[in-house]
Amino acid sequence: MKVQELVDKLGLKVLSGANGLDREIDGCYISDLLSDVMGNAMEGNIWITLQTHKNVMAVASLKEMACIILVKNLVPNDETIEQSNEEDLPILQTSLPTYEIAGKVYNLLNS
Amino acid sequence: MHLEYQVFEADFVNAGAASSSIKKTLKQLNVNPQIVKRVVVALYEAEVNAIAHAYGGMIYADIEADKIIVKVVDKGPGIPDIEWAMQEGNSTASPEVRNMGFGAGMGLPNIRKNVDRLDVQSTVGVGTTVEMEVHF
Repeated sequence: MKVQELVDKLGLKVLSGANGLDREIDGCYISDLLSDVMGNAMEGNIWITLQTHKNVMAVASLKEMACIILVKNLVPNDETIEQSNEEDLPILQTSLPTYEIAGKVYNLLNS
Repeated sequence: MHLEYQVFEADFVNAGAASSSIKKTLKQLNVNPQIVKRVVVALYEAEVNAIAHAYGGMIYADIEADKIIVKVVDKGPGIPDIEWAMQEGNSTASPEVRNMGFGAGMGLPNIRKNVDRLDVQSTVGVGTTVEMEVHF
């Protein structure tokens, strides 16, 4: 599944990195601890988090993740958006809390 | 090939820049992607440690035909108890750093899991040197 399909099916808002919507998704990882993501996330994962600072992009980029979903309408800071656009790594936004969006992502990836 | 990067205290905006640069170089050299992934995890953690815990320092990377050796040399304050610091969950990070999602005490254990050799030397008041080696 591509990031674009995830956006369409779950009604996510694309905040940045729109050129990367054709990235291929392979699984999902959820954590707000950066070292946990660094140590355990896999290439192609969706990353669901509430962290909005630039280091999120550094980790997502180094791990070659597919996209980031920010929960509860959280907004990334300018530096984060800038790097997302530079690297074509999309940051998506949902109004839902982590538990609810996680359930939807799980059902979608396993359907 | 020898690469050098300077890191600065609390410079979180640039955290990962050295790791990203070394990753690109390893990819250009056609190093096995699975090996590159391991190097990147260890490198990033060491880079963040120097930014979050030390008064800045230097990262030296030497890429040879069959391995990469990375040395992160910081300017202090040093680690009083390395054995304690190496245990998962132990951290001296400030509340601000923890709020960013760092400081979970997973950094050094993450490094150890991903390298073939790890050597941490520290002198309180002088600094810490983390040397790690990953074989290709």
